[in-house]
Amino acid sequence: MAKKAHVTVTVNGDEYEALCEPGQTLVDLLRNELELTGTKEGCSTGDCGACSVMLDGKLVCSCLVLAMEADGRSVDTIEGMATENNLHPLQRNFLELNGLQCGICTPGILIAARALLERNPDPTETEIRYWLAGNLCRCTGYDKIIRSVMAAAEEMRGA
Amino acid sequence: MDDSLIGAPLRRLEDRALLTGGARYVDDLNPDGLLHCAFVRSAFAHARIGAVDMAAARALPGVHAVWAAADLAGILTQDRIPEGFPKPGANRREVGPYVLARDEVTYVGEPVCAVIAETRAIAEDAAERVEVAYDALPAVADCRAALDRGAPDVDSRDPGNLVDSYTVASGAVDEAFAGAAHVVTAELRQHRGVSSPMECRGSVLRFDAGRGRLTMWANTQAPHSHKSVLVHLLGLDEAKVRVVVPSVGGGFGPKLLFYPEDAVAAAGAMTLGRPVKWTEDRREHFLATTQERDQVWEVEMALDADGRILGLRGRLYHDQGAYTARGTNIPFSSATTILGPYIVPAYRMEVFIAGTNKVPATSMRGAGHPQGCFTMERMLDLAARKVGMSPVEIRRANMIRADQMPYTHPVKTQAGQPIAYDSGDYAACQEQALKAIGAEDFPARQAAARGQGRCLGLGLANYVKPTGRGPFESGLVRVGTSGKVSVYTGAIAMGQGFHTAMAQICADRLGLRPEDVTIVAGDTDTVPMGIGGFASRQTVTAGSAIHLAAGKVREKLLGIAAHLMEASENDLELAGGRVTVKGVPGMSVSFADAANAVAGTPGYALPPGMQAGLEANVDFAPSNVTYANGAHAVIVEVDTETGGVRIDRYVVVHDSGRLVNPLIVDGQVQGGVVHGLGNALFESMLFDDGAQPVTTTLAEYLLPSAPEMPNIEIHHQVSPTDRNPIGVKGVGECGVMSPAPAILAAIEDALAEYEVTLDRYPVTPMMLIEKINAR
Repeated sequence: MAKKAHVTVTVNGDEYEALCEPGQTLVDLLRNELELTGTKEGCSTGDCGACSVMLDGKLVCSCLVLAMEADGRSVDTIEGMATENNLHPLQRNFLELNGLQCGICTPGILIAARALLERNPDPTETEIRYWLAGNLCRCTGYDKIIRSVMAAAEEMRGA
Repeated sequence: MDDSLIGAPLRRLEDRALLTGGARYVDDLNPDGLLHCAFVRSAFAHARIGAVDMAAARALPGVHAVWAAADLAGILTQDRIPEGFPKPGANRREVGPYVLARDEVTYVGEPVCAVIAETRAIAEDAAERVEVAYDALPAVADCRAALDRGAPDVDSRDPGNLVDSYTVASGAVDEAFAGAAHVVTAELRQHRGVSSPMECRGSVLRFDAGRGRLTMWANTQAPHSHKSVLVHLLGLDEAKVRVVVPSVGGGFGPKLLFYPEDAVAAAGAMTLGRPVKWTEDRREHFLATTQERDQVWEVEMALDADGRILGLRGRLYHDQGAYTARGTNIPFSSATTILGPYIVPAYRMEVFIAGTNKVPATSMRGAGHPQGCFTMERMLDLAARKVGMSPVEIRRANMIRADQMPYTHPVKTQAGQPIAYDSGDYAACQEQALKAIGAEDFPARQAAARGQGRCLGLGLANYVKPTGRGPFESGLVRVGTSGKVSVYTGAIAMGQGFHTAMAQICADRLGLRPEDVTIVAGDTDTVPMGIGGFASRQTVTAGSAIHLAAGKVREKLLGIAAHLMEASENDLELAGGRVTVKGVPGMSVSFADAANAVAGTPGYALPPGMQAGLEANVDFAPSNVTYANGAHAVIVEVDTETGGVRIDRYVVVHDSGRLVNPLIVDGQVQGGVVHGLGNALFESMLFDDGAQPVTTTLAEYLLPSAPEMPNIEIHHQVSPTDRNPIGVKGVGECGVMSPAPAILAAIEDALAEYEVTLDRYPVTPMMLIEKINAR
């Protein structure tokens, strides 16, 4: 069996250490070693976007990143999105406008949507739809997800 | 002012945990000492199993068990999974799936051996070391060809591929055809595909040897039937088995079943002294989770000179796959729902359920009903052309009128119940949909677009969908000595907003806020009986049970408070968790005090006439299903260069009776519509001629994604039903009923000058280009 390696990673501002198998993915590290199960695994092939996280500020599918690749780097997941008592405007607008149903794709969609609004605070509906093309949802039909992102963007621009 | 909580578009109580990553789904559960499963699956659609060599797998460090079928004989009481939905009195082949294949494999993905190991990675590595010798046999891929004389057997141990056949009929259909002015004939192919919840299947099983008790956490739609299967497969007492449903990442039908992998995980937990987890990966979802695949319809419609339907007849071939994992009800539903909102004086459909060498077919969102809708709506569009009417006119001419309600079709359901529509104004729905989409002005818009070289088309489709299927659902409402209210039910939540809707119904009866009510759904320890989540049934059945149980608790509260305050019940009201004398705010009894009054003090009698415990349990059994309905209208633009279809507008007029929470209802309808649009334009589970699956990733099997989906505009009609005490009808599957026929009609309209006729879905760009170029 291949040798395990020591990985140090900062997740949502907290530093973690773990011993990882060479073939272990970042999503596996997050979920099963660090017990941060908010990030979901939907396909393991980068097609569904459920495992979306930020790696050094870049949106990635954590099923396509090896845990070892995250060594010395910074990861942001859904667990870091709300502060103590305050939901992020995206979370609040998803709650207000029913932008979710079963919730399994929701963490990935929220992370991806935040990444969009950081680079483009005033996206058109079409830009939102194309940005979220890599995040599949079987429950909502996307309509209320798109409304929620648009409402959050408007709120954040006003803030 | 109507201050009822039923009808309020409240925010969902479930959402905060889901939005912050705090919700726990089954794969998020990792009890100490957890072991993991992986499976050796058949790579052949049909083969005889020869020698199986598991030595190398067993030798791998970290492996705890490697099993073939024979190894389970001492652990499980039987080698097949009990069928999930047996047809009472059925006289046909019993073909329940094996836990692990024995002697022969009959579809690609069928589990042959199981590995249980310290990690999923080790289990998968060990599974690759298992050597299975296969002797390939001819496979059956097409459900109609399966019934040809000389077709190979799907299973050589059980020759013959006809699983079941029956005829659904009423009236003198051949006479109707003999006297018809017009006869329209078509062969239609339908394909619903793979359910594809974003959360795959999974279960965790833990056996507590000290108490002799097995607990299963599973993302199932039917925990009580899972418990029953475990009891039978393991030979355990009912009191020794508990099934718990954590957060579920979408159901859509196939999660109703108890699967071979669940049985293996249970066997592991019983024998290895450690909890065992089974988590399906996406490829396994395509291979081994049940699907709702092909139907082939050979249909004829007879009409008079005015376009009125005289008769409808034909044959329906249904692809059942290799086993009847959950009965054979799907095509029966197709063959009855076809009647839709229309009057069909004479009808005969011969149904043939054919085995094929594919993973079993079971119900998926809609469960055969959308196929019936598609066939009728397609036939009406074809008939309209032949008779020389518009699609709108021919529907008007054949529709059941509001003043004919309640309306009973002459055929019966598979269970022998009358197909008796309870309420609805079908014509009003259609007219509202046409108005909302701008049908009156559309010809001008279409002509203007055509002048610019663009092809726009309008499509329309109606449906009627049975909802709220019985036989019953449970609801237990309890006020604890804390004064807090909890509700327990055998229904389950899988993302629909079930907790919120049920809390609204309960809180409405007890003068509370919905957030004051805790819903416990999906734990077999809390209620003895339950059916589960499918067939758009739970708001009707569980909702009614909870409404009635909360009503009984309300009566008890009033009785206790009247006793404690020496007041008349008529002078009391419920609000804010207290029973108060009307107009005298100072005179009140809290729910906690009332509950304590009947909690019992040792040595003292309960108050006169009172029973112990402030609670009530009701199993609501509806007299019949209740029929929801609606109309879908869509405008598409077809690119004649690429065959691409862009959805310009999509309008739904929907009638589910009284709505509990319109915000949730709209989301459910939109989700259903997009599932239907996936069926219409994208989703295709492909097998080659040897029944080898060829679409086994989400890159090959196309789910709808955000860019190609439209906004979905929803309007409501409200025709309450008298078949349950809250007047509600089901919603979950309604949206998926009509998108395919509406889209196909719109594409044909857009391509009218090319005289394109569409007889199957999904409609692909290649298919359209070929038809356009053929002109």
